[in-house]
Amino acid sequence: MALQPTIDPLLEEISGPTPRQILRKRVRGHMGLLFGLGVVLLLVVVAILAPVLAPHDPYLQDLGNRMVKPIFMGGTWEHPLGTDHLGRDYLSRLIYGARVSLLIGGVAALISGVIGTAMGVAAGFFGGKVDAVVTFLINVRLAMPVVLVALAVVAIMGGSLQVVIGVLGLLLWDRFAVVMRASTLQVRQREYVSAAQAIGASTPRVILSEIMPNIVNNLIVIVTLEMAHAILLEAALSFLGLGVQPPTPSWGLMVSEGKNMMLFEPWLVLIPGVVLFVLVLAINLMGDGLRDVTAPESRS
Amino acid sequence: MSAPVLELKNVAKTYRVKQGLFGKPKPLKAVNDVSLKLGRGEVLGLVGESGCGKSTLAKILLGLEAPTEGQVLVDGDAIGGQDRLALAKRIQPIFQDPYSSLNPRKTISDIVSLPLRVHGVGDAESRAKAVRETLELVGLPARVLNTYPSQMSGGQRQRVAIARALIMRPEIVICDEPTSALDVSVQSQILNLLNDLRDDFGLTYLFISHDLAVIEHLATRVAVMYLGRIVEEADVEELFATPRHPYTRALLNSVLTPDPSQGVPDTQLGAAYPNPISPPSGCHFHPRCPFAQAECKAKAPRPIPTASGHVECHLHDPESTMYRENLSV
Repeated sequence: MALQPTIDPLLEEISGPTPRQILRKRVRGHMGLLFGLGVVLLLVVVAILAPVLAPHDPYLQDLGNRMVKPIFMGGTWEHPLGTDHLGRDYLSRLIYGARVSLLIGGVAALISGVIGTAMGVAAGFFGGKVDAVVTFLINVRLAMPVVLVALAVVAIMGGSLQVVIGVLGLLLWDRFAVVMRASTLQVRQREYVSAAQAIGASTPRVILSEIMPNIVNNLIVIVTLEMAHAILLEAALSFLGLGVQPPTPSWGLMVSEGKNMMLFEPWLVLIPGVVLFVLVLAINLMGDGLRDVTAPESRS
Repeated sequence: MSAPVLELKNVAKTYRVKQGLFGKPKPLKAVNDVSLKLGRGEVLGLVGESGCGKSTLAKILLGLEAPTEGQVLVDGDAIGGQDRLALAKRIQPIFQDPYSSLNPRKTISDIVSLPLRVHGVGDAESRAKAVRETLELVGLPARVLNTYPSQMSGGQRQRVAIARALIMRPEIVICDEPTSALDVSVQSQILNLLNDLRDDFGLTYLFISHDLAVIEHLATRVAVMYLGRIVEEADVEELFATPRHPYTRALLNSVLTPDPSQGVPDTQLGAAYPNPISPPSGCHFHPRCPFAQAECKAKAPRPIPTASGHVECHLHDPESTMYRENLSV
């Protein structure tokens, strides 16, 4: 075989946009993601600025002004969304309730994310006995009904924000573990992992700098899903009277407090219900969108 | 041959394969009693079918798998005793698929500088300089530094992989089919680059391939692997001129000719590749061998020294009855 002249590599074009450019372009073209992201960001800002934005003290009772109708049902601008059965301003309670929902969603997803990711990545990377133990734990966890366990724990420990966050954080790691295990198994087969090991990189280094960056997009999606899950569970627990305790404003609690009057004043239930629905929808749309834009299939 | 820079002594790797839920694990000898010597500057071509243990051997050499038996010596030191970092300085890999061997989330400069960072060589500035120099060496312009692998062609990626392997200036490079994933036009560029780098840095290559044209072009010695064993080893000219083992002959016959009217060559191998979990008795090659006789089924052949290597076949064993028949043929 004769030696062929090497083509000057300077002439070969380095073409194509960077991964970041591709990502930016995809995000811009994804309506669901933009809507979800927008709503979530808006609610985060509202929650943070609650003391500035809320027109009234959410705890201040005014028994002379009980169940004032919201503005669209003939109320006044004094209470745009009316007042509840104790005369507390509904809009203010809604705004402060966003803090509870987002806090519980965020912290519970964070705790379970750390637990589940550590377990899943360890199982996927080391395999063998570690994998067997983790798989067993996942199966045990999947066999437990979350609501029932949460109810039991809250009934014993007493309901409070911390207990609800703790219980949900310790219960919702199963999906993290399952997905992270599968993603790690997949990425572990790639040759760049072998290459890093052949270079002499330590196991923590291989996991953190070679594997994690390639599975973090899956992680983000699960974080959003579990956030929505935790927010709904908090609302359910609060509705059942075992979550956040009165008078703390929580959307689930507001639905619960309004349910006695549901037939006469349906807006008492509808307003927090709709807000809850919109938040969970937005978070799910955000997660779906993030999965779409970071999926490697349509890359290149 | 100068003092061997890489030596394998009776290396074997046995996996235990579990069949079914309650099946007993069975041994799978992926690499079986392999002994090889490589002198400095040599290129050993390792050829064989898929599943014959080539890649397992490469993993053992890279320290990614521990051999179940035998020893690997680098400059006379057993690598089992050396720590990972010391071994990594001397032996580096170039993998088959440049689309899978570069982390898609890292920039080229991150990828190429990883060995320096892992080994704690120099500061950020000297590392950046070393990366630029090495990229130049493999024919990549400095402006690729901040690009990602997805922006590059296969040939460019393989150059990056070569740069990563060479930045620590190893003595031995294990090339696991480095060109098989590339276009034919790019293959020759990469092969010539590997050849030039060998001359410049006195590198020793273990070159794994199933492409005999590539081996003939690049290798100085060739080892033919079948079911975990080296069945024939010789200098490249000798092996291509006078292939001794029937399997080697079949491999050489299997090379496609440029004339399409001749069709796919008949290797006369007939039967399919055997299941490595239950290898055939005697000579592992006998079910596919056109010269097989009763002796091949009963007795495993021993290594017979040849002019520049060895061959494991009864046809070349002076003590075998088949040897005389072979001479008369």
